[in-house]
Amino acid sequence: MNKDMMLGSEAVALGVKLARPKVISAYPITPQTHIIETISEMVDNGELDASFIRVESELSAISAAMGASQAGVRAFTATSSHGLALMHEVLHWIVGARLPVVLVNANRAIGSPWNIWTDQTDSMSQRDLGWLQVYCETAQEALDTVLQAFYVAEKVLLPIMVMIDGFILSHTLEEVVIPEQEQADEFLPPYKPEYYLDVENPMSFGNPAKGDVFYLFRKDIQRSMEASFGVIGEAHEKFKKVFGRDYGLYEYYRLSDADIVFVIAGALTGTVRVAVDRLRDSGVKAGLLKIRYFRPFPKDEIRELLKGKSSVIVLNRSLSFGSSGQITQEVMGALYYEKEKPKIYDYILSLGGKEVFVDDIVNIAENLGTLSSSNILWRE
Amino acid sequence: MDFRDITNVEYVNQGDYACPGCGAGLSMRHALKVLGEKTAIVMPASCWSIIAGVFPTTALQVPLMHVPFATAAAVASGVKNAFNEKGEEDVNVVCWAGDGGTFDIGLQALSGAAERKEDIIYVCYDNEAYMNTGIQRSSATPPGAWTTTTPTGNPLVYDKKDMFNIVASHNPAYVATATIAYPDDFYKKFEKAKNAKGFRFIHLLSTCPPGWRIDSKDSIKVMRLAVESGMFVLMEKEQGKPINVTYRPERFIPVKEYLSAQGRYRHLSEETVNEIQDRVNRRLKELGLI
Repeated sequence: MNKDMMLGSEAVALGVKLARPKVISAYPITPQTHIIETISEMVDNGELDASFIRVESELSAISAAMGASQAGVRAFTATSSHGLALMHEVLHWIVGARLPVVLVNANRAIGSPWNIWTDQTDSMSQRDLGWLQVYCETAQEALDTVLQAFYVAEKVLLPIMVMIDGFILSHTLEEVVIPEQEQADEFLPPYKPEYYLDVENPMSFGNPAKGDVFYLFRKDIQRSMEASFGVIGEAHEKFKKVFGRDYGLYEYYRLSDADIVFVIAGALTGTVRVAVDRLRDSGVKAGLLKIRYFRPFPKDEIRELLKGKSSVIVLNRSLSFGSSGQITQEVMGALYYEKEKPKIYDYILSLGGKEVFVDDIVNIAENLGTLSSSNILWRE
Repeated sequence: MDFRDITNVEYVNQGDYACPGCGAGLSMRHALKVLGEKTAIVMPASCWSIIAGVFPTTALQVPLMHVPFATAAAVASGVKNAFNEKGEEDVNVVCWAGDGGTFDIGLQALSGAAERKEDIIYVCYDNEAYMNTGIQRSSATPPGAWTTTTPTGNPLVYDKKDMFNIVASHNPAYVATATIAYPDDFYKKFEKAKNAKGFRFIHLLSTCPPGWRIDSKDSIKVMRLAVESGMFVLMEKEQGKPINVTYRPERFIPVKEYLSAQGRYRHLSEETVNEIQDRVNRRLKELGLI
């Protein structure tokens, strides 16, 4: 088995190469830059047979990817933060057009003031569009998820946004098992869309649609989101068969007998794992639930997993101002119909890259008796 | 090529949603006759978003992709690169945009695509305001013109953006102005654009009878007056060559004849008309036409 040390960004680029996209369009923004630098090199030295379009903005990056996808080829782009925000209108359009574009977002705060460090405000602000959203913990997971993303997107005809934490994951060296191209090809078949821009069989895409039809189109998007659970499961099964690595919609750690459960998405999961071990060593029955797919949100499974727990601490790295952390909203929604609900703590753990240490997580659990489950919780 | 050689195949179906006398409807019909069936169209928000038909119908016999307002040239870049990757290099990828989608909100993407020398044809049908939303001013609206957001006339201190030279400064393969009121010239330019490789841009002056406050039967006449008065100059520039004026009236008529043919200039004072005439004269001198 071939292993190497690489940055999270390089792992993403490798995943993209193995997926054999035909068009990549991108505009640089910290901390996404290493992804597109690596892909540019792959295209320039012939490792990746594709067009790389060096556009003048993120709005054009996503637009060019959309055009390529509508013309019937596999398309990829990557961005962060302000870049993702600038793409917003086209992110919507891609969903309505049912195009399986894959986008990697290196999570970063959005100004003002300027801040290049990580939080999940950028992607959480795009949660309602109809893009599937996956949050990754490790470089290996990022690479593997990019391959899975193309598989799932092309079957459900919805785009997928894969998240890696800026710097914490994008700029950190980790050991990565390098898949063989033959394995990737076995896992991911060539992209053969049914409908695309074709001069032999001309069709119009995106013509104005009146309310009755528009309503049905939107209902179809939700239906596809619901159906995507099955496709994601199928992708994970096939992935395990080909590569031997196991993935789910979520992941848990020391959860079955836990009283206190931390819920988190992204690379800080690793920090929480260590904190869970420390709490267990000192006799606190802590556990961890990692959200991988935030869209679609696997609320039925999460309701089952959290059944009978006394406390659920949701560690958010973004919030909907005037309401609560977005992950908290989802967990609360999932538990609404349970008769015996755990106490749910809405914790804003970090924004704009505010450092999080194992002690910070341990302290939350140790001081749980002093915390309120009816307010947003902030760190000192 | 002249209009007698043009195909009688129609690529625009009957029953499209264009207003009577719409310059943009006519322009598409004739442009597609030159470009032919190996053409894919990328269309940002504009009157043509409606003209092309409501789902599940379509007015076009070529593949069409509707796209958000600011994105046409970038989407077309992606489409063209995808066709190339599939080995279909011979497909004409055409942006078909209004003046708002070109002069204003789409200018950045257009500049990016022109700079990268994307192998696409960008057509702007310029009806000199946001007509689809009900006649609001754009940066293509001439000074003095009435619109619903310039109820006393577009401020005279504004100048209509010079798209020909803005695009020409990117050193594209081909840039031209045209209007369907001069079909020979129009066909020749689309033919040249089709046969060139690289970034190609055609700026079409295109009447909007409700927006210009003209009778639909006068649409062609008014476009001709624009050219005969020097308000709109028919010209082209091939890469590496100087600007070539493709039609020179024997004698330019006063702009007043063009302006007074349209309700949108009805309020202009004589002084303003003279000011507009002075500006046109300066431009014609620059081009060596007077």
